[in-house]
Amino acid sequence: MKLADLQKIAEHEVDFQRAYKHRINVCCSSGCVPFGALKVLKAFEEAIKEFGVEKECKVARTGCVGTCSVGPAVVIEPGDYLYQSVTPEKVREIVRDHIVLGLPVKDMLYRNEAFFKKQHRLVLRNAGKIDPSRIEDYIAMGGYSAIVKCLATMTPQGVIYEVTRSGLRGRGGAGFPTGQKWSLVSRSHNTPKYIVANLDEGDPGVFANRTLAEADPQAIIEGMLIAAYAVGAEKGYIYIRSEYPLAIQTLQKAIAQARAMTLLGDSVLETPFKFDLELRFGAGAFVAGEETAILASVEGRRAMPRPRPPYPANSGLWGKPTLIQNVETLANIPMIIQNGGEWFSKLGTAKCSGTKCFSLTGQINNPGLIEVPMGITLREVVYEIGGGIQNNRAFKAVLVGGPSGGCLPEALLDLPIDYDSLTKVGAIMGSGGIVVIDDQSCMVDQAKFFEDFCVDESCGKCVPCRAGLVKVQEIFRRITTGEGKMEDIAALDKAGNYIRDASLCGLGQTAPNPVLTTLRYFRDEYVEHIAEKKCRAGKCFRNQKPQEAEEQ
Amino acid sequence: MLKDDNRKVMLDKFMKEHNYEESSLLEILHKAQDIYGFLGKNIFTYVANALQLPPSHVVGVATFYSFFKLKAPGEHVVTGCLGTACYVKAVDDIMTAIEQDFDVKRGGSTADSKLSLFITRCIGACAMAPNIIVDDEVIGKATKEIVLERVRLALEGGHRS
Repeated sequence: MKLADLQKIAEHEVDFQRAYKHRINVCCSSGCVPFGALKVLKAFEEAIKEFGVEKECKVARTGCVGTCSVGPAVVIEPGDYLYQSVTPEKVREIVRDHIVLGLPVKDMLYRNEAFFKKQHRLVLRNAGKIDPSRIEDYIAMGGYSAIVKCLATMTPQGVIYEVTRSGLRGRGGAGFPTGQKWSLVSRSHNTPKYIVANLDEGDPGVFANRTLAEADPQAIIEGMLIAAYAVGAEKGYIYIRSEYPLAIQTLQKAIAQARAMTLLGDSVLETPFKFDLELRFGAGAFVAGEETAILASVEGRRAMPRPRPPYPANSGLWGKPTLIQNVETLANIPMIIQNGGEWFSKLGTAKCSGTKCFSLTGQINNPGLIEVPMGITLREVVYEIGGGIQNNRAFKAVLVGGPSGGCLPEALLDLPIDYDSLTKVGAIMGSGGIVVIDDQSCMVDQAKFFEDFCVDESCGKCVPCRAGLVKVQEIFRRITTGEGKMEDIAALDKAGNYIRDASLCGLGQTAPNPVLTTLRYFRDEYVEHIAEKKCRAGKCFRNQKPQEAEEQ
Repeated sequence: MLKDDNRKVMLDKFMKEHNYEESSLLEILHKAQDIYGFLGKNIFTYVANALQLPPSHVVGVATFYSFFKLKAPGEHVVTGCLGTACYVKAVDDIMTAIEQDFDVKRGGSTADSKLSLFITRCIGACAMAPNIIVDDEVIGKATKEIVLERVRLALEGGHRS
C-alpha cells in the first residue's frame, strides 16, 4: 500500500458508513462484557433483521464510552443517544421505538449530562465510536494520516521539534517531557534502537490504559510508528498485563491488520522506513511499570529495577538505546503531528499541556472513565463529573495516583490537577486513578491497605523498600489492633521519609505517600486509634471481640 | 519428565516458534500455564532444559510474578478483586464471609479440593465494584448474599448462568 491509497480507503470507508442512516454502537469493553454486552450485541443484530432495517442500520462492536457503572452501554447515532444498563430483553423496544418510529426510549437514556460536560475527550476521541477490530474505522476518522504526514513532509528532527513544542509530558506518572526523551534517544548513535510501550497498568483501581487499548488500538500503534520514525527505532514492544485478555486480543488483531496494510514491516507504506512490533505479556508485578524493571521483564527476567544512569535512552533493552513511553502518551502523538505542537500546548495549563485520562471510582455517583483537561480541579471532578458522594454521605478523602499516591482531604479539593500541584501536596499523578472515599472508610485502615499492597509488590532488591515497608506494616498492625503507642506516629513518619529518600526506584520512593499524606491530613484518626482505641468507621479492632479473646 | 502427550507437543511447538530464546521465557511460562493449568516442578525442569537456562532461574522468574500458579487449583475457583475501588466498597467483608462459610483461606483450597479462593489485584471493572469472580462469571456490585448463594450453587453442580 502506498501513501495515496490511504486517502482512498478513508474516502471509501466514509461513503460506506454514510450509507447507513443509523449506527448502533454497543460497548464491548471489559467493563461491559461481564455484564452481558455480547448478548446485547447479538440481540441488536437479530432485532434489526426482525424489523427489516438492516440496510439502514449498522450495529458496531465498539470500545468504552466511559459510563462503566451503568453498562452495558449503547450509543445510537446520529444524535449520540446513550442508553444505559441495556439488556437483551430491552433491545427490541429500542429498535422498534428509536430506529423504526424515530422516538428515543426516554426512560432508558443516560441523562446525566454533567458527566460529559467538563470532559475533553482527545485521547479517547474514538473510544465508543469506532469498531476497534476494523482498521478501516480508524482510517476513516483520519487515522494514520499523521504518519503519512511525517513520512512525506517531515524530518525526524522536525517531528521531535513539534512534540517538544507541544509540551507533552509522560502520562505514565512521572511527567518527564516527551520531546526531551525522544531527543535523547535520537542522539544516541548506538543501534539498533527499541521502543517499549508501557501498558502494564498495575495500579489496582486504574483501567484507563486498558480502555484505550480496547477502544482505539490503532492510535497506540500509530503513536509508536511516529516515535520510531523520530528516534530511529526499528523494533517495538507493547508490554501488556496478562490480566487484560480482551485488550491483548484487540491489539493482536490490530497489529495483524496494520501489517497487512504495510503500516508495519520492512517497508512502511512502501518507503524505506522500517518498523515492526510485538506484544510482551506481564505476569502480575506492579514494579514492572518502573522503566528499568519493564526492560528486565521484556528480556524475560524478573522485573527488578536497576540504578540509573545509565538511562534507558542510552542503554536499555539488551544494552541498546530504548524509548519507553506509556500508551496514553503515545496516543496523543498523532493529534500533535496533525494539528501542530503549538495547538496542543494551548490545551490544559501552561506547564502541563493537554488532557489526562482518569479512572474515577469509589463511593461516587458516576464512576467511570473520564478524560479532562489538565488544571481542572479535584472538586470539579468529584462533584460535577462524578456527581458527588453516593447516598448523600459525607466526603472524606480522595486518593489520587494509585497505591503509592496520596490521600487528600476536603480542604485540598480546589487543587488543580497537574503533575506539579499534586506532587506539592504529597500525591502523584501516577497512572491516573482517582478513588473517592466517604466517611465509611477509615484512613488508617486505608493507608494500611496500600502499605500491604506495596509490601507484596516490593521486588526485594533494595533494603529501604524491602525492610522499611515491613516495619511500617508492623506499626500499622499494632495501631489497628489496639497495641499502638503515641511514639508510633513519629516512627511512621520517620520510616516513611527514609523509604522515600533512600529507595532505588519509583515504587519505593512513592510507597510511603499514603502513610505520609494520611499522617499529614488525617492525623486525628491515628491519635484516636492509639489513645482511645477507637475507629470511627468501624474497620479496625475487629479481632478484639470479647468472645474471641476469651477463647484464646 | 513431562508425559508424552498432546500438551507436550503444544508446548514444544510454542517454544520452537520462539527459537528457545531466553527473552521469551515469560511467554513460554504463560503458554505452559494455559496448557497445564499450573506450573509444576516437572514443567520448570523441562522448560529450563529446552532454553538451556538453570532451573533456578526459571523457578525464580515464575515465583516472582504473581500471575503464575504453582499449585493445581480446586474444581471451582472463586477470585475476589482486591483492587482499591473494590476494597473501598468493602470486598473484604465478602471474602471473610466466604472464608467462614466454606472453611477456606485466601490463597488456598478446601480440604476436599472442591473450592479454591484466590485474590487478584484488580480486574479493571472498578466502576462495578466490588467484583467477585465465581468460576468464569464476574459478579459486579456484589453483595455477601448473592456471592455466597452463587458459590453454593457452583459447589452443588447447579446451574451456571
